[in-house]
Amino acid sequence: MRAYVPAYDLVAPGNLDQALSLLGEGWKPFAGGTDLMVLFEAGKLADKKFVSIWGLDELRGIEVSTDHVTLGALTTYTEVQRHPVLRREFPLLAQAASETGGVATQNRGTLGGNIVNASPAADSPPALLVYDAELELISKSGSRWVAYSTFHTGYKQMILRSSELVARIRLPRDREGWTHYYRKVGTRRAQAISKVCFAGALRREGDRIADVRIALGSVAPTVIRCHQTEEAIKRDPKDAATALAREIAPIDDIRSSALYRLRVATNLLDQFLRR
Amino acid sequence: MRIELNCTVNGVARRAQVYPMARLLDVLREEMRLTGTKEGCGEGECGACSVLVDGELVNSCLFPALQAVGAKITTIEGVVGRTPWSAPGPLARLWLPSFDSAPEKPAGGPAADQGVRPTSEKLHAVQEAFLLHGGAQCGMCTPGMILAAVNLLDRVPHPTEAEIRNGLAGNLCRCTGYIKIFEAVVKACEP
Repeated sequence: MRAYVPAYDLVAPGNLDQALSLLGEGWKPFAGGTDLMVLFEAGKLADKKFVSIWGLDELRGIEVSTDHVTLGALTTYTEVQRHPVLRREFPLLAQAASETGGVATQNRGTLGGNIVNASPAADSPPALLVYDAELELISKSGSRWVAYSTFHTGYKQMILRSSELVARIRLPRDREGWTHYYRKVGTRRAQAISKVCFAGALRREGDRIADVRIALGSVAPTVIRCHQTEEAIKRDPKDAATALAREIAPIDDIRSSALYRLRVATNLLDQFLRR
Repeated sequence: MRIELNCTVNGVARRAQVYPMARLLDVLREEMRLTGTKEGCGEGECGACSVLVDGELVNSCLFPALQAVGAKITTIEGVVGRTPWSAPGPLARLWLPSFDSAPEKPAGGPAADQGVRPTSEKLHAVQEAFLLHGGAQCGMCTPGMILAAVNLLDRVPHPTEAEIRNGLAGNLCRCTGYIKIFEAVVKACEP
């Protein structure tokens, strides 16, 4: 059933400080609306009071320093794709951005929103996990940096407090010379929700894989970084598929089956390791 | 509580009293009577409701009214004559008789006082190409397709085939199989 529009409130505070005050009073953040408006239209948006943060410049911009690239949480998929440093050094993120929705979604969907929507099928989080992203969480009482790998604690569960907002995403610039691989498998190339999403990066020394990062979407209650598979690969790449099968927990649902997801995930791992 | 929404739609200042979470799609169709913008899926999957907000392509079904305050919005009604790329071709004249220009009418006839049609009533090159190359069947996706194509040509005047496919990837059509639409956009970029 459609939502009763007058029951909802949406306000646009003039600055970040006012927005954080409202979050402290129980209001919820609203950015580009690409997830929230879908729930709203379906009559499934439980919260009623929202703060539009879309106009807050404090949460925008991509900053490049010697050691890091720091992205405002409101960075859109379109902005990610257009940024030369992200395209060159963080191609998995640029590719994830280009394969999320279509142009209209990419203009409005934000990285911060993709993170806090906490879908296990989200497309940019596997790339963020591979790049060891850190998140800055801010509230009226201050700010803290956390490793993104510790952020999701269960299906739609995260360590974010209700008074907090994801403000920035920081990526260390230390992946030069690595091989990057991203593949999203869905029903079609654009506008699809993933059946399996794979992001990986590896560094070779001669024939040996010296270092590797692997993260997947749509194969567990959250997007997951696959530490055990990474360790297995460093010991002996032949054990990779077995390790991955133990580490992921795909399910049957409306979009795919557990069996198909497991098969595709191991195939993608194989393709990645041949790079 | 309702808010006052002041914005510019197709170059005209508009004002409406709306709920802040009202969908821009509904504001355009029901408050402003601009029914050219269509609702397909209502969840950002099909692109039928595409409009331009401050030059960016968006799904108006996912766009809350509050965020449109002060915005410059272009709907399909505003695409005509948005750029003077194309004079109406023979098919457009057949389908849209009002595009016949005054000088072709007998002097002193009923249309004489209207003079030559201003640029703002010429079809956009993309619209002209959709007409000539059969880019529309039922018409439900067409306004969104045209907005997506116009936006693409604004950003990339001479797109590659891949760029065209990518530019239209967010717009679903259940009639044409896309080939005619794709061909129309290819033709629209030709000098």
